[in-house]
Amino acid sequence: MSCSHSGKDKTQLQVNAIREGTVIDHIPPQNLFKVISILNLHKITTQITFGTNFDSQRMGKKALIKIEGVFFTQEEINKIALVAPSAKLNLIKNYEVVQKLPVSIPDKVSGIIKCYNPNCVTNHEKVTTLFHVVENHPIMLKCHFCEKVMTEEHFIFI
Amino acid sequence: MDKIKFIHTTILRKVYLCYAFECVKNAANSFAMNLKNRSLVSITDFSKEEQLYILSLAQDFEKNPVRNLLENRVVATLFFEPSTRTRLSFESAVSRLGGKIIGFSDVASSSMTKGETLKDTIKIVSNYCDLIVMRHYLEGAARYASEISLVPIVNAGDGANQHPTQTMLDMYSIYKTQGTLDNLKILMVGDLKYGRTVHSLLMAMSQFNTTFYFVSPKELMMPEEYKLYLEKLKLSYYEHTDLNEYIGEADIVYMTRVQKERFSDPLEYEKTKNVYILRSEMLKNTKPNMRILHPLPRVNEIDVEVDEHEKAYYFAQAQNGLYVRQAIITSILGVI
Ligand SMILES: [Zn+2]
Repeated sequence: MSCSHSGKDKTQLQVNAIREGTVIDHIPPQNLFKVISILNLHKITTQITFGTNFDSQRMGKKALIKIEGVFFTQEEINKIALVAPSAKLNLIKNYEVVQKLPVSIPDKVSGIIKCYNPNCVTNHEKVTTLFHVVENHPIMLKCHFCEKVMTEEHFIFI
Repeated sequence: MDKIKFIHTTILRKVYLCYAFECVKNAANSFAMNLKNRSLVSITDFSKEEQLYILSLAQDFEKNPVRNLLENRVVATLFFEPSTRTRLSFESAVSRLGGKIIGFSDVASSSMTKGETLKDTIKIVSNYCDLIVMRHYLEGAARYASEISLVPIVNAGDGANQHPTQTMLDMYSIYKTQGTLDNLKILMVGDLKYGRTVHSLLMAMSQFNTTFYFVSPKELMMPEEYKLYLEKLKLSYYEHTDLNEYIGEADIVYMTRVQKERFSDPLEYEKTKNVYILRSEMLKNTKPNMRILHPLPRVNEIDVEVDEHEKAYYFAQAQNGLYVRQAIITSILGVI
């Protein structure tokens, strides 16, 4: 596929390129919709392009998202590390990539994920969930409250 | 010759321990300062030195458990899940130190049945007392309470998660019976998968170069995460399904209950329920210093005839809870 941001090809420009904003590349295709929901993209009113199942040398298949006119804070970016640790963010200004940012796994995860332990207080009272990242590869989260450790297959996004 | 050597090392061990405890006592003021107003939710909330300080204080309370240290203090015992034994131990600890107790012993008699949230109950009760002792059926309830309460929280059990005063009384019982916490061999028997007391005790004793022996039915083996934890610390552990296998090695035999509801297959429970029973003839070739511990209540996993054996320590163990709880409460209230 073409990721051209040169702006030379007008038809591709319409579909693919953005003038100013963020391109999130190297998302695992199965987690594309999780990334969309974590970053609350459904609430953004500017132009957004999603693409999935592109060939990738590194990952086999990958997904990507292009968001016009939006830049994320490092904290927001780190949230997607849970589902797309290999993702790369390209910041675009005037059709050019001006900065590339890898996502990094945060120390703590607050409010994005539900605790998988049905007997955890966070599933019975109105408590904002909080997890400590205890392992990076594979990612393992320890619930701040019930102290249970969970792996990716148990992540349920709120 | 061997006997002399044994006596010699025992004396050395005692001298060393007195030394270690003296060091802790000398630093006591700084620990006392540190523990003031802190909640105790999980055993790891207190450092190793702070745990040793609590044990040395418990020793003092054992010598002199009736003191007026808690005059004009109010301790709330909130038992959202009934546990008469634990509640009485806490209430006795407070009463003997001259403190007052408020609270409830089950949810039916509290406003929780009217749909009040845990948050509201804790917020309100923490206006009326200096410290809250709470037991709750939900895991994480005590941690959550400690973050919204105006006064410190002592966790008396949150679901299957933590029960740190039980862990401290287990440590105190081990110390009292062995004269040391260092380099011991601990055999844990029964439900090692769901038993929170064995998990917390494993975490606590792993600070003292302990060798662990795990004996359980296949369905209730020690979870991987705890074995990995020991491996990371380079501590040895051994697993078996036969209780006779390691009993001769152990300094401490820690028995737990095997509960029927833990088995997915009822037939499997029927097969195993009579396998993990400690009987007096099994104690024949055990070490002279070996002692049997059990968090109680027991069902049938320790035969009643063992009760009279000199190695049975579980009733004295329960009594140690009183001194340990006195030490914890007075430290947190800053009155010692
Ligand atoms: Zn939890």
